[in-house]
Amino acid sequence: MITLNHYLALSAILFCVGIYGIFTRRNAIGILMSIELMFNAANINFIAFSKFITPTLLTGQVFAVFVITIAAAEATVALAIVILIYRHHKEINVDKINIMKW
Amino acid sequence: MENSVQSAIFYILAAIIVCSAVLVVTLKNIFHSLLFLVLTFFSVAGIYVLLHAEFLAAVQVLIYVGAITVLLIFAIMMTAQIYSPALRQSNQQVIPGIIVVGILLVVTLTVLGNTTWRVSEKLPASQSVNLIGKSLLTTYVLPFEVVSVVLITALIGAIIIARRD
Repeated sequence: MITLNHYLALSAILFCVGIYGIFTRRNAIGILMSIELMFNAANINFIAFSKFITPTLLTGQVFAVFVITIAAAEATVALAIVILIYRHHKEINVDKINIMKW
Repeated sequence: MENSVQSAIFYILAAIIVCSAVLVVTLKNIFHSLLFLVLTFFSVAGIYVLLHAEFLAAVQVLIYVGAITVLLIFAIMMTAQIYSPALRQSNQQVIPGIIVVGILLVVTLTVLGNTTWRVSEKLPASQSVNLIGKSLLTTYVLPFEVVSVVLITALIGAIIIARRD
């Protein structure tokens, strides 16, 4: 029998893998992929709570729709910024791009 | 019988998700890690189906597998050739990362184990699409409209940022 805790544990593991990716990746696109993993972990949480806590209202599913929308908007803008940075610096390694630091 | 089948499907999907997610963050070639990201998205869609969220599973496949992956492929193709040295990414600070993430995971799982959720015994709604549509246009109509403004802003912003001037 799969309980709520199983889904929450899966989502926690996925979230931690995403955080590990953000810590260790140096490529801007790799960091974006890790962020997408974390969005997916949050969505699993939302939908699991929606099924087990409020099965008749589906509040969690509605919020998961919003999360997916925001994730799409975020990916669009972030990738546009990455392409712009690459065009100016020929580099997408986030360690090498320190023009905002002084 | 049905429960054991469900458990088996859950464990298979969870194993695929965790393995491919780890490959996404560790592989050297960014294009390969993108392919494993697609596998992760598909398996998460399977988890949604297990949770009786068929509409969201369809949305997941359409938006994540369809749109975001294509965006990422475009970004990879436009920033460098696939086998150029720029894409041979090396992970740094691996040991501190593993330590911090391990601590976070242990704390989260401990908290999860010690919490009792008020699980509802009601059966899940059978027609989730109808309910989601209704609540999007009644209870959550304001966030719905705001999110459409966010989307159009992101669209215009992306065009303006990436425009060659």
